[in-house]
Amino acid sequence: MKRLAVARAVAWRTLHNVFTNPSLFIPSIVFPLFFFTAFAGGLSRVGDVPGFHFPQGYTGFQFVFVLLQSAAFGGVFTGFGIARDFESGFARRLLLAAPHRSGIVLGYAAAALGRWLVTVAILTAVAFGVGMTIGGNGVDLLGLYALGLILNFAALLWACGVAMRLRTMQAGPVMQMPVFLVLFFAPVYVPLRLLQGWIHDVAVVNPLTRVLEAGRGFLAGTPTEVGAAFGAALALAVFFSLWAVRGLRKAETAG
Amino acid sequence: MNAFADQVLLLARRSVVRTVRQPANVFAPLLFPLLLLAVNSGGLKAETRLPGFPTSSFVAFALAIPFIQGALFATMNAGTDLARDIQTGFLNRLSLTPMRGIAVLAGQLGGVAAMGLVQALVYLSVGLAVGVRPASGALGVLVLLAFALLVTLGFGALGAFAALKTGSGEAVQGLFPVFFVFLFISSMNIPRDLISATWFRDLATANPVSYLIECVRSLIITGWDGQALALGFGIAAAITVVSLALASWALKVRMAR
Repeated sequence: MKRLAVARAVAWRTLHNVFTNPSLFIPSIVFPLFFFTAFAGGLSRVGDVPGFHFPQGYTGFQFVFVLLQSAAFGGVFTGFGIARDFESGFARRLLLAAPHRSGIVLGYAAAALGRWLVTVAILTAVAFGVGMTIGGNGVDLLGLYALGLILNFAALLWACGVAMRLRTMQAGPVMQMPVFLVLFFAPVYVPLRLLQGWIHDVAVVNPLTRVLEAGRGFLAGTPTEVGAAFGAALALAVFFSLWAVRGLRKAETAG
Repeated sequence: MNAFADQVLLLARRSVVRTVRQPANVFAPLLFPLLLLAVNSGGLKAETRLPGFPTSSFVAFALAIPFIQGALFATMNAGTDLARDIQTGFLNRLSLTPMRGIAVLAGQLGGVAAMGLVQALVYLSVGLAVGVRPASGALGVLVLLAFALLVTLGFGALGAFAALKTGSGEAVQGLFPVFFVFLFISSMNIPRDLISATWFRDLATANPVSYLIECVRSLIITGWDGQALALGFGIAAAITVVSLALASWALKVRMAR
């Protein structure tokens, strides 16, 4: 119960900071929309590449990627806030005051989720506004958003682990760059079967490929690799839970 | 004249040395554009199968992007360093010396241009290593390096102007997303005539960054394209002249003795 109280307080404070500070809130909204515009608009001709068949068109194809990217970066951006809290000394006071410190991690995770829900609501509204169609039913869409939710959680736990180990804003690139790379080493622009060479080999073993392909299957109404996708996403979440908890312990030790 | 040259050299050296002493400032402008090149050239290779695509090698097509992206990083580095000089009071102390204002700007930009040239050589070497052969030959490579230098100088001056006007490193950093938008809403990933969304094609056509990319691209995949070169060099020169004028004016205001 005390753990939940700590989580609620941390989440409320983090969300309050984000939503009352335009320099934090606006980029997390604008960047996914910008990527959606640049990819779905600028590269729509890629949908004409021989062998490319996605019933919902290139807009839908890119919507799924941008949705999952926004989920991951929602977690990473919240990680920046954790690093800032350490730099300002707030996190150290929080460690002293919290009766159950794992509640701190839970609180940041809840804040990352709240932040992403706002972003994804706007992104979805814009996608429908520009004429995106969906082939899946309500359950399929629920599956797509559930994958995003797990990815958001996993990315937050990764960033949280980094922030608690390095405890400086300079850790920003360490949190961001691997997530960026893992996302872009998945089949971003064309389906896996159209990738060639080294990028195909990397994409095959990239766990996010399963998540992305399943997400696109949900949108199209032809679910594929659902078990593998949820398995990969949950495995990432479990692994980074341990990473974040170990980070918390290192922050405690550092004092 | 000799004293002026000494002042410029000293400040240029200082600019290069402090950039080199911060590995993040050296590696980020080298690695990030190359990573994006690797990711995009792998992921978008299928685009070369579109009818009318100008080359069969997407790496050759995309190699132009790091040159422009590297110049954007130069903007950030030049601006952030100058802003730090303002914040720490270094510029104020300089204004108490006989140092000429224009030497401060020339020295700072000289350092940025030197780093820009190193970046361009690295991008070119990577391109050559993965099998890209510039269609314009050896002379084209020299033109490409000259162009990269001009673009770096222009964007560097823009960063310097932002720093001198605001005196804040954070404000300069805040420009990065704006430049990123210009980069992505351009012909960076697909030729303009193959963009099917009319509104996006119009935006890319109105975006000067498209012509900077197309200038580099023409030297790599087309050969000697007078129009692309004229547009690229013309726009880069215009950006440089305007940015230098603005930065000189802002410096005069900032160093009012």
